[in-house]
Amino acid sequence: MNTYALTDSWTMTRRELAHWARQPVQVLVGLVFPVMLLLMFGFLIGGGRGVQGEYVDFLVPGMLALTMAFGLEGTMLQVTQDLNKGVIDRFRSMPMTNGAVLVGRCAADMLQSAIGLAVLIGVGYAIGWRAHAGAGEFLGAVGLLLLFRFAMLWIGIHLAMVAGKPEMVQAVQILVWPVGFLSNALATPETMPDWLGTVVEWNPMSQTATAVRELFGGPGGEAGHVWAAVVWPLALVAVFFPLAVRRFGRLSR
Amino acid sequence: MTEAIVIEGVRKRYGDKAALDGLDLTVGRGTVHGLLGPNGAGKTTAVRVLTTLLRPDAGRAEVAGYDVVRQADRVRRRIGLLGQHAALDEELGGRQNLELFGRLYHLGARRAGARADELLKRFGLADVGRKSVKQYSGGMRRRLDLAVSLITEPEVLFLDEPTTGLDPRGRAEVWSSVRSLVDSGTTVLLTTQYLEEADQLAHRISVVDHGRVIADGTADELKARTGGDRIDVVLRDAGQLGAAVALLPVPAEGVTVDADRRLISAPVTDRMKALAEVLRALDEAGIEAEDIALRRPTLDEVFLHLTGEDHRVKEAV
Repeated sequence: MNTYALTDSWTMTRRELAHWARQPVQVLVGLVFPVMLLLMFGFLIGGGRGVQGEYVDFLVPGMLALTMAFGLEGTMLQVTQDLNKGVIDRFRSMPMTNGAVLVGRCAADMLQSAIGLAVLIGVGYAIGWRAHAGAGEFLGAVGLLLLFRFAMLWIGIHLAMVAGKPEMVQAVQILVWPVGFLSNALATPETMPDWLGTVVEWNPMSQTATAVRELFGGPGGEAGHVWAAVVWPLALVAVFFPLAVRRFGRLSR
Repeated sequence: MTEAIVIEGVRKRYGDKAALDGLDLTVGRGTVHGLLGPNGAGKTTAVRVLTTLLRPDAGRAEVAGYDVVRQADRVRRRIGLLGQHAALDEELGGRQNLELFGRLYHLGARRAGARADELLKRFGLADVGRKSVKQYSGGMRRRLDLAVSLITEPEVLFLDEPTTGLDPRGRAEVWSSVRSLVDSGTTVLLTTQYLEEADQLAHRISVVDHGRVIADGTADELKARTGGDRIDVVLRDAGQLGAAVALLPVPAEGVTVDADRRLISAPVTDRMKALAEVLRALDEAGIEAEDIALRRPTLDEVFLHLTGEDHRVKEAV
């Protein structure tokens, strides 16, 4: 840490924002993709297996959580790209705060996720979803989603540094899907075989989805999951943040 | 303090392979020093240690008077690095890159912007400054990379194979940029696989192999030790190779014969005289030559000569 830590982090965040300005289509696609999934599950595939009440009220919070989980892929891709280009050597051979590289990534990804949430919530409203909640609960739900995304962010950074090559990202991308769907995002565990239902209930993403449903006051919410939705992501961050930072420091070995 | 770079007994292992095996090197201030060696000789590892990207396992390295491990931050403030691969943000424009790195060098927004414009102009990139680096040619990219390395007018500049992958024009562009830098007093450490490049740019050359320096000196000194220029003669008839070798007016020592290519290669001291004599000798003996050429020794030959052992070096052409 030095006196420039904040300035450097801000400069690195601006770098990411400049990337958005250079590639508006890519940013747009990133925002549209979860919307597409939402509409697909809402109208094409949906039906809400085992859901009491409106499926859309169950689906939208689930999709919000799923989108946060999928954010991991984006983080990984960006980090591996940086690592594989000479540019990371440039950063590391400069008198800048080295951690600013990670902080910039973090800030940009969180901002993008927040925008993604806003878009998805807007589309959810348009297709008939309603939050039966006060402002405090609403913000609490958004906060839980972003906290979950924050955990995914550090897992993504760590995996990117372990995997190293962009080719490996593809493998992880494929794995994110079953892990994402092995949750209660789209269907309730009661409709699944027992063992599967257990796995699904233990999935940290399910905890976030359930807590968010509870806060939004829709079907599928259960009291007492908010704590789990706070503790799980924090535990993941507690594991993966130091791992990622240590890996980053080890680039000099 | 007259040395810009001091390396003493630096070692770095990767698994059971020693990338640097007790490297020693000193580079005087304001000079260009060439590190010449084949792929895997340890050149890049040496640069990575000196630019604080890699911690050495043993030994000591100082750049601009500061220890690369203990005083890494001070070293970083005084160096520029042009690596083998463009160290640029490819998505951003040229000017955005210069501004980004200028800010990260803590110039502040205004000075970073002004410096960006200045460098774009100096490196002939002013009209493409807004274009994304992805659209740049190899030579333009390299020039921008070099411009970024010079944002803070570094005391010591590291150029790691700066022209690998460039076409002749791009290569010439980089060479002329490096020359003008040297005129302004920057110390340069240049790694290269090309003898010609070291010859063109460096005041002194250290030949590196297996992670240590096996020879050093000026380009002329090294070339003299390697036997200087060579003459290559390709015969029409492979059956005459033996006869041709016997009558060639060159010292038999160092002559190599490649029967498959019908090629005789021999060291020469006086280029033009040797060429005339070889032509005359062949003509008088009625031996037909398909091709005759004078050339510099290849890196292969330098290594063969310096190490006296067979190196699996790819033809450096």
